[in-house]
Amino acid sequence: MNDVVRRPRAEKPLFEGAEWNFALMHEVYEAVQDIALNDLGLDVFPNQIEVISAEQMLDAYSSVGMPLMYSHWSFGKRFVRDEMLYRKGYQALAYEIVINSNPCISYYMEENSMAMQTLVLAHAAFGHNHFFKNNYLFQQWTDPSGILDYLDFAKRYVAECEERFGQEAVESILDAAHALQNQSVFRYRRANKLKLSEYEARRRERLANEQAAYRDLWRTVPNLAKTKEPTVQEKEAAERMQRHRLPEENLLYFLEKNSPILHPWQRELLRIVRNVAQYFYPQRQTKLMNEGCATFVHYTIVNELYDRGLISEGALLEILHSHSNVVYQTDYDHPHHSGMNPYALGFAMMQDIQRICVAPTQEDREWFPELAGCEDWRSAIKEIWANYRDESFVRQFLSPHLIRKFKLFVLSDKAAESEYAIEAIHDAEGYRRVRNALADTYDVAARDPDIQVVDVDLLGDRKLILRHKRRSGVPLAEGDRDRVMRHVNRLWGYDTILQEEGVN
Amino acid sequence: MPQFIDRRLNPRDKSLGNRMRFLKRTRVQIKEAVDKAVRERTIGDAAKGGSVSIPSDGINEPMFHEADSGGDRQRVLPGNKEFVAGDRIDKPKGGQGGRGRQGSKDGDGEDAFTFALTEEEFLDLLFEDLELPDLIKSSLKDAKLAEPRRAGYSSDGVIPNLNVLRTMRQSLSRRLALRRPSRREVERLEARLAELAALPESEALTEEKARLEEELKRLKRLQKAIPFIDPIDVRYNRFTRVVVPRAKAVMFCLMDVSASMGEREKDLAKRFFILLHLFLKRKYERVDVVFIRHTHEAREVDEHEFFYGRETGGTVVSSALEQMIEIRDKRYSPTEWNIYCAEASDGDNSGGDTERCVELLTDEILASTQYFAYIEIADRDISSHWSGGDSKELWRGYADLADAQRNFAMRKVANPADIYPVFRELFARQREKGTPP
Repeated sequence: MNDVVRRPRAEKPLFEGAEWNFALMHEVYEAVQDIALNDLGLDVFPNQIEVISAEQMLDAYSSVGMPLMYSHWSFGKRFVRDEMLYRKGYQALAYEIVINSNPCISYYMEENSMAMQTLVLAHAAFGHNHFFKNNYLFQQWTDPSGILDYLDFAKRYVAECEERFGQEAVESILDAAHALQNQSVFRYRRANKLKLSEYEARRRERLANEQAAYRDLWRTVPNLAKTKEPTVQEKEAAERMQRHRLPEENLLYFLEKNSPILHPWQRELLRIVRNVAQYFYPQRQTKLMNEGCATFVHYTIVNELYDRGLISEGALLEILHSHSNVVYQTDYDHPHHSGMNPYALGFAMMQDIQRICVAPTQEDREWFPELAGCEDWRSAIKEIWANYRDESFVRQFLSPHLIRKFKLFVLSDKAAESEYAIEAIHDAEGYRRVRNALADTYDVAARDPDIQVVDVDLLGDRKLILRHKRRSGVPLAEGDRDRVMRHVNRLWGYDTILQEEGVN
Repeated sequence: MPQFIDRRLNPRDKSLGNRMRFLKRTRVQIKEAVDKAVRERTIGDAAKGGSVSIPSDGINEPMFHEADSGGDRQRVLPGNKEFVAGDRIDKPKGGQGGRGRQGSKDGDGEDAFTFALTEEEFLDLLFEDLELPDLIKSSLKDAKLAEPRRAGYSSDGVIPNLNVLRTMRQSLSRRLALRRPSRREVERLEARLAELAALPESEALTEEKARLEEELKRLKRLQKAIPFIDPIDVRYNRFTRVVVPRAKAVMFCLMDVSASMGEREKDLAKRFFILLHLFLKRKYERVDVVFIRHTHEAREVDEHEFFYGRETGGTVVSSALEQMIEIRDKRYSPTEWNIYCAEASDGDNSGGDTERCVELLTDEILASTQYFAYIEIADRDISSHWSGGDSKELWRGYADLADAQRNFAMRKVANPADIYPVFRELFARQREKGTPP
């Protein structure tokens, strides 16, 4: 923050005391916006800021944060649970919820004090908003200006189906679809379809290449003759696979397109669930970065506001108190430990990158030659926000400094052994292993079980074959596996089996 | 430019639809939980709503996920204090793999799912198939009280009900219509005459005086002919008797606590009392509960004492009835209170006392009581009681009464499951008289 020309301090802070009102929020918004856009250079969707009550916050919780959602009992279940936890005081409600949409809608609790409103404005309306707009995953996979319209359509469509076909019929399809939603996202973009001319050009190129690479000598190599011609069955299978584009890892997509028993409206319901899952997929992959980004932004902005004399010391302390609660990381042996806190690690990594840019140590120069000492931390960090997801972010930017600070260690648990083994700790030999192991835990694609449709003979017995590839021999939880398979069975209508691959 | 929107005034209960869907789906489990809650609560609290727990079996949302044990895994943990690379730590015994903290997110169904029901929802579930409103309308006889209410005015009545204002208004309008001269008019004329009398006489004056006197005479005649208040002016306040429901009810719970009544018997009785109490509470603004327990003598006690206190002695049922009559006379006048009475007993009574009971019921109690229900807690195997001839003392005694009196009913209960049906039967209008088949 050294390179910013300090403005003269404001004569008096924008607000004193805890009360907020819309005029005040407007003023604070302007001040926050000034820093966010002109100092940090953030790039955001227009903001739509909505103030809601606790009850409305509970409503929003139950519909996965969206302002509208189709009706389903599971949302009611979430609602009654959260409501009880909240009313009994076991669980506080979030200060805000922000939605990846254009305009970017964020909800703020009416109970927040003005200081807290300042914090959450910076956090959600600028931090998360910038991330949503600029991160490549969101850009590739979500359509922020269309999502609310789509949900509106989904809500009405589900309601219409309930009216026409009965609540139970709709529910049974949605239940089944929800069970498969984590296995129903496209993880990779499909290649664009080639134009005919491009296709022709490529074919020629390939032919030319084959001619140029032709060596008559290969014909004389003896074991070439031994390769078997594929049998008729194998040929058929290969053709079948190609026809159905198998294997297919997007289960709902496959069922929607190929199930022999579903009615068109049921296929549309599968499509709705699958589209919603796809919309949320980038969020599941960037939890750490998203929160890290937003926390870093609010921390920077709030400190700058204080430096400019726009908020009082009391407000700053209130904000920092809440901030430090959020970024607290419990040790593994703490009774309340529940894994890595994305706010803590994310924020620490963002700050660490800033530190490396501005004041690198010798170690940083070795580990991050392109970042260390580059001074322009704003561009560096924005580029990282735009081009990484949690897994690649950790794999690339977790520094030895932070590994030491968090005292990370790797514990391995092998089923065949009676003891846990400490694989690596925060020392010179361990840094890379810790970093890789941690990055792996943020790889959503590697954490969701890998289940694919591998074969189906639509002209024969129509048996649907799914295959689960075990990673390191980790099996599926049996009870839920069988329950989900019953759902698959209901959607497919004929025999379905789940093969296990990689059983040792 | 940001847009600020105040959403706090938006319609509430956005999640109500989903909540109803959830309750509908889990109806069976919730019903069980509600029944359990009723068992554990006091009569007064039974219908308060509140937390219920249901097994998460029926409502889990299964997804493919990795098992808690098996295979090789790696975890990265913060806060290393003493480990160095290569250390080995014993796995916790007993648990497979010991990833206890991981929990089961979508559960394999061991955890209970706890949430809060509103009072409405709670009662709806409890009385699921009792269709209370209809039941009340059809089965509560004479729960009414006639009260005089003002209902306009009438032209006849008694003097205490005279409405002066109305009467005077009638009188005034009649006088105006008939042009009855006012007193002021007459006085003015008289004054004028006196004035003229004081003047020196002249012909014109005499003529004028004669005209005025004539006029005065006419006015006085009119005044006499048209009375100030005529009988047709008189108006009385009119009252009519409006039937209003009596808003207060008292429920007498009578129970035999002699040695033959065990835990099971008391539990069954309690459920019946709870049901009756809830039932009355939906109907009346205020419901008092009086607990009377008896052995060979009866005592009014509080609820805890009623269900859990221990006492031994013989069995004289009439003592409880007498106690009830005494309390009724002292505190609950039948003109003000709807009186309900539920008696639970195992059916034993000392010899000769049953006749006394029947007498008390017929002469004293039933006439002033809305409803009297007698529940006999039978042995677990109820069929033995029904196979003729083997009925208990009290049952035989009451049997005739049940035939004769409309507001007396009796049933046998052997299992908790019988309570609802019996309750329902008791309060159905077309109930069969007498003993069950």
